Amino acid sequence: MKAWDAIIIGGGHNGLVNACYLQRAGLDVLVVEKNDWVGGAATSRELTPGFLYSNCSYVCSLFRPEIMRDLELPRFGLQVISYEGGAVFTRDGDYLANYRDHDAHRREFARFSKRDAEAYDRYSRDVTRQCRFIQPLLMRTAPDPTSFRPRDLGELLYLGKKFAGLSAEQMALTLRFWTMSISEFLDEYFETDVIKANFALSGIIGTALGPRSPGTAYVLLHHYMGEVDGSVGAWGYARGGMGAVTKALAASFKASGGTIRTGAEVDHVLVGRGKAKGVVLAGGEEIYGKLVVSNADVKRTFLKLVEEKELPDIFLRRVRNFKIRGSSGKVNIALDSLPEFPALPKDSPVYRGDMHFTDSMERMERAYDDWKAGRWSADPFLDMVIPTTLDPTMAPPGKHFMSCFVQYAPPKVDGRDWTDADRDGFAESVIAQIAEYSPGFRDRIVHMEVRTPREIEAEVGLTEGNIFQGELTFDQLLFNRPVPGYAQYRSPVGGLYMCGSSTPPGGGVMGAPGRNAAAEILRDLAKSTSHMSPAHDVI
Amino acid sequence: MNHQPTIKPSKARTAAQGHFRTLRLGTPFQPRIDALARTQDWYNWAGYRAPHSLWDEELEYFAIRSQAALFDISPMTKYRVEGPDAEAFLDRVTLRDVTKLKPGRVHYTAWCDDEGFVLDDGTLFRLSPTRFRLCSQERHLPWLLDSAIGFDVAVEEETESIAGLALQGPTSFAVLRDAGFAGVETLKIFDLAEFPHDGGTVTISRTGFTGDLGYELFVPAENALSLWDRLMTAGELRGIRAIGYTALNRARIEAGLIVANADFTTEHAIRADRLRMPDEIGLGFMVDLEKGHFNGRRAILEARARRKLRHVLVGLEIEGNIPAEHAIVYHKKSQEVGLVSAAMWSPMAKRNIAIASLTRPYGDTMVEDLWVEIYAMRELQYQKLMKRAKVVARPFIKLDRRTANPPADF
Repeated sequence: MKAWDAIIIGGGHNGLVNACYLQRAGLDVLVVEKNDWVGGAATSRELTPGFLYSNCSYVCSLFRPEIMRDLELPRFGLQVISYEGGAVFTRDGDYLANYRDHDAHRREFARFSKRDAEAYDRYSRDVTRQCRFIQPLLMRTAPDPTSFRPRDLGELLYLGKKFAGLSAEQMALTLRFWTMSISEFLDEYFETDVIKANFALSGIIGTALGPRSPGTAYVLLHHYMGEVDGSVGAWGYARGGMGAVTKALAASFKASGGTIRTGAEVDHVLVGRGKAKGVVLAGGEEIYGKLVVSNADVKRTFLKLVEEKELPDIFLRRVRNFKIRGSSGKVNIALDSLPEFPALPKDSPVYRGDMHFTDSMERMERAYDDWKAGRWSADPFLDMVIPTTLDPTMAPPGKHFMSCFVQYAPPKVDGRDWTDADRDGFAESVIAQIAEYSPGFRDRIVHMEVRTPREIEAEVGLTEGNIFQGELTFDQLLFNRPVPGYAQYRSPVGGLYMCGSSTPPGGGVMGAPGRNAAAEILRDLAKSTSHMSPAHDVI
Repeated sequence: MNHQPTIKPSKARTAAQGHFRTLRLGTPFQPRIDALARTQDWYNWAGYRAPHSLWDEELEYFAIRSQAALFDISPMTKYRVEGPDAEAFLDRVTLRDVTKLKPGRVHYTAWCDDEGFVLDDGTLFRLSPTRFRLCSQERHLPWLLDSAIGFDVAVEEETESIAGLALQGPTSFAVLRDAGFAGVETLKIFDLAEFPHDGGTVTISRTGFTGDLGYELFVPAENALSLWDRLMTAGELRGIRAIGYTALNRARIEAGLIVANADFTTEHAIRADRLRMPDEIGLGFMVDLEKGHFNGRRAILEARARRKLRHVLVGLEIEGNIPAEHAIVYHKKSQEVGLVSAAMWSPMAKRNIAIASLTRPYGDTMVEDLWVEIYAMRELQYQKLMKRAKVVARPFIKLDRRTANPPADF
């Protein structure tokens, strides 16, 4: 019976990144994916003729350029296009736009507050300083602070040196950034509610916390440390939808000799004498491998795919307590024409950016209150984009694909499972909000895909539909992610590794967990990592 | 509850929506400048479309030194600071002693954060006992407003509503006099006064950025064009020409003056090690330890006492005639000790001059054996030159006509 050098459970972006690096190191690698397509939460599927949806993730910034280059993703079709800005619509019939041009951005803010217009430079300076501190850490394995191995000591020293290199004021800012609420953080810079709401959205996306919850300032930072071709903090569309990322990864993987099996759901990991030996598929088929890497989140991996008796008690308890709460949903809409927003001038670049309707911190926090009560938000927070304003490949000419990321959506409704009626009610809350700002919106809808945490968990496999495979709060970051002592992609089971967003540096379509896990695996196998670029310099 | 009222936005706010269609604004003088812009050579000055040159950058420079040159300074950031505590507030924010700045006077100053790092430099105009105008390169409204807490003072940004012109050069006085600004001859260097213009007033100060005889004029935006026309008409026989920034920049280098974000970084620098204390960029003379507390005082004192000042800004004279712009400065041709931030061949001094930031003690106590490495690109090849540099005093040129009283009539 064939034994693969490595079996990757799950063909999401991190699983594929991991597979690519291992295959290119000379291993014989198999990716098993339960769906009939690869991509995990980075997919583009045609659910109605002529329209491609970015079904889950919908914009790109965090994906590491070093990985794109190493794995030759442009050659396999990946193109990322920066988008143009965005806006928050205000209930008084106006809007607050974000423009790429620095002076236009300032003038736009000055429409609301001259002070805030000039405060933006300070805000942006402080956030950029923090991003420059964190960015180089993304592609390094977090040190184990309890270990005395030279590598861990070296990494701890590196962290310490970086931190010591900061001025006292910078250190204070770093600690505050990692622990404060986004609301309090923004209060230090801005006075205008809608301007705060405009920035706060990056602090709550994908997170079961409100803007006033401590820890949300870091979530904002997490969304700022990406880039589009060197433009740090910029976001873009993957041409052809986010599936283009995983499509390119799969093509790169196959071109280097890798094997993918779709429609192959793993039932459990085969473990013998404390060591992973392969996987058993849902149909009972056994596949053997010298090592197994799970792209699934830490809960799914260790509470569903590995038998409890193989795991230490404390580890299990920590996995159970790992916060991976469902907080968001997705509504993907095919439109037969571009929606109009009377508040926006017809030639506004905002159509080609991300749009929001939550114009105050209070509304944002109220939306979270509904989540706490076990309901989807009556007045939800939407991150809405129309990628087809820049990407001609996703819909026929003149027609459009609209992606709405929706928050908050609880993992269970009033303590019970989601029903189809709940799902429809959730969708209606979204459509109603858009229609309020865009007359005739309903008439343009050709088709709609509605994904509550129920659908996301069922189709993508993310526990509770949490898009980050675990909250990005400070207690679950660095060497604590996902479980203290297991932040270096290894697990209590020999030969079983983790490579999903549950591991450092965390979620988003970043690829860094998959890459870093591959580096650790190759180290264990005493194989070269010379095909893996180190993080680009931050100068 | 914090529900926002569902009132309509103000007319001014919605009227301003369309700004995204004009990313580079014209200044109030734009119609006149556009008409003279033969080179169409523009750059972005703080969101405004400003000319690098208008017809010939070299001849524009000579207009400054030989006749009168008109340069649009409207994009400069301007704050109006007014109130019973305006003097005390500015004394607390800036380095120099504002109580010594009499109404009708201007001084060049700078301001620091609590760590003693320079946030920006600028000119402070005292228009009356309780009213000031602060002009700067960067924007600092939050800093100024936060600093104003506890003072009875209003700080208002007025960049767009006030237009500004620099009229510089030997005939600038004659132009103003011929334009009918009676009494302008009484202005000594750094004096200012108000003069009637077009039903309103224009503030004229004997200041400038060229090291030459010159004036700066501030006027409400709506009176800008008539002021331009008044000067151009009066100056016709005095050789008045409009100029762009390249010419002005040459004049300011000769005058040894530094520019924010070109020779030193400001409030919004991202790399913390790029920040500079006043003593590190040649502005130590502004620091007034006799006056009361001001932002950065403690840190500056400590840095001086503990010799923590790491940099020094100097004037260099470099052998040869190839400008050393952005060249690296070496000690003994081998050890890197600094960077040239501005450089040119000076037509007035007939010397190759530069402004450079060096790491102490070089440029401070060690001034011997300094060199600059010039990479001169000539037809797709770098001509690498190692040239000797001598630390010299700034300004590189000193023109008696700048300060002569009464100003000379040409």
